[in-house]
Amino acid sequence: MKRNKSDAPSALADVTRKRGQWSDVLSRLFRNKIGLLGVIIVLLLVVLTVFAPLFTRYPYDAQSFPDRFKLPDASHIMGTDNFGRDLWTRLLYGGRISLLIAILASVISNFIGVFIGSVSGYFGSKTDTVIMRALDILMAIPPLLLAIAISSSLGSGPVNTALAISLSGIPYSARIIRSTVMSIKDSEFVEAARATGSRHLRVIFRHILPNTIAPLIVGATLGIGANIMAISGLSFIGLGVHPPIPEWGSILADGRAYIRDFWPIIVFPSIFIMLTILGFNLFGDALRDALDPRLKD
Amino acid sequence: MGELLRAEHLKKYFKTPSGVLHAVDDISFSIDSGDTLGVVGESGCGKSTLGRVILKLIEPTDGRIIFEGRDITRVTDKENIELRRKMQIIFQDPYSSLNPRMSVMDLIADPLKTFRLQSSADRRKKVFELMDMVGLSRRFASSYPHELDGGRRQRIGVARALALEPTFIVCDEPVSALDVSIQAQILNLLQDLQEQQGLTYIFVTHDLSVVKHISTDILVMYTGIMVEKCEAKELFAKPMHPYTKGLLSAIPVPNIDRVREKVALRGELTSPVEPKPECRFVARCPFATDICRREPPTYSEVLAGHFVSCHNVREINGL
Repeated sequence: MKRNKSDAPSALADVTRKRGQWSDVLSRLFRNKIGLLGVIIVLLLVVLTVFAPLFTRYPYDAQSFPDRFKLPDASHIMGTDNFGRDLWTRLLYGGRISLLIAILASVISNFIGVFIGSVSGYFGSKTDTVIMRALDILMAIPPLLLAIAISSSLGSGPVNTALAISLSGIPYSARIIRSTVMSIKDSEFVEAARATGSRHLRVIFRHILPNTIAPLIVGATLGIGANIMAISGLSFIGLGVHPPIPEWGSILADGRAYIRDFWPIIVFPSIFIMLTILGFNLFGDALRDALDPRLKD
Repeated sequence: MGELLRAEHLKKYFKTPSGVLHAVDDISFSIDSGDTLGVVGESGCGKSTLGRVILKLIEPTDGRIIFEGRDITRVTDKENIELRRKMQIIFQDPYSSLNPRMSVMDLIADPLKTFRLQSSADRRKKVFELMDMVGLSRRFASSYPHELDGGRRQRIGVARALALEPTFIVCDEPVSALDVSIQAQILNLLQDLQEQQGLTYIFVTHDLSVVKHISTDILVMYTGIMVEKCEAKELFAKPMHPYTKGLLSAIPVPNIDRVREKVALRGELTSPVEPKPECRFVARCPFATDICRREPPTYSEVLAGHFVSCHNVREINGL
């Protein structure tokens, strides 16, 4: 005899779960091995850079002419640069600026982008047209040029640099959120929320935005990598961080003159940047999956 | 029981690139408290739009809606939100009508939270009561919709609609996305709830066999207009409009010996965009005459309580 169809899937849900939603998300995040690797990479980078003095015995700006262009050995594990400064030290200290600005810029641009994008996508029609055309203007300016204009008017410094970089990222995150919101706002559950008395803001925050998390996180983690490169661009023309303060992008930029003759000055900063991007991407993907109840177990 | 809701000459037109679409065109009816009005018609005839217009989820273009003796056609946003506590809707698709990121508990509690009705402990209790009421086991409270089958999902939809203790519910094809065996469960549930709580329904569907069992009155729609309305029994016994006759004869009868006269409808639905001044059914009507092409028929009471909009209704039915 056939079993009653409606009884079959109940086994799946036949567990009375009693737990906080966030601890649930965390436990799922840590069960994901690749995601855990991402978390470890990010944490490692943060610890190394924040507690930089504990991991090196050189100051980041100590020059030593006889020690120029030393290949990695016991005293300089990543070699020295063209001024004889220890590269490992400079990369650790440099990570402070690079990571801070890159993360800050990504947070700022996505925060503003989510707000603008959701308003634009949800209300549509004229609101949408006005906002989107304004963003088009912003997008028409090359990102680096825009960042140059802003940081030269605000002055240098980590927060100003982060602001300068985040502004050019806003249109991209706003567009991603807008298109996601537009695809969700016509679904029946949004109509149901309206029908049960939810006002617009509540519909946006409680019903629509939680469903835009996937593209948001992917965009934000990818953005961090792009931001590191943007900072180096600014530093390169003297608007980001001033020498001798190290920063990954500027170490790379300074080292490019020696790329044929001295590989460590290019390879090691690149490895740090790559690890950052990789770590955040793995972490972001895992976070996205952990936050999606449909992918549970 | 007394009248709960009355619609007078309700119209909803949409502007489209190809012209004005008459989605709902001059619909009038009234429902008594505790009754069920079945609204039937084929896809795209405006029956779902009608349900939403009545609930004020869509602003009507013209006409009046009177609910509990009060004109609610033009109300402020605030009053409109207050109305949600009395009028609710059950959606067609139990898959897309539930937010995939909310648990069953959150979904059913959401209307209560919106109106900040109770403390969270009371809300939990209320959600459990509602789950009992709609026959959803309490162990599913922290499940997510994708873990449940269509029937259970639709029960969540019903519980959510009941959370605010409304008096009036529009059921927008609540069973057409479900398996036949589960359809019956949900229909029985809706009927039980109606008896227990004295609910009033508008039951929108394209499935005549569904509406037959649950409705007090039936309203047949065709491209935005109402073609026939009467008591459910009467409609099935004595359909008068040629369109209704066609619909009824399309219901399959599980009896191979019975020979029936079939009224087969031919042709396509007339477009509701910028309709011509003629009977909208004229292109498919086997009884069409000259007058049908000259002017739209008026909606009139042919027999007591039996309204039809057809020029030739008397001739066709030998009255």
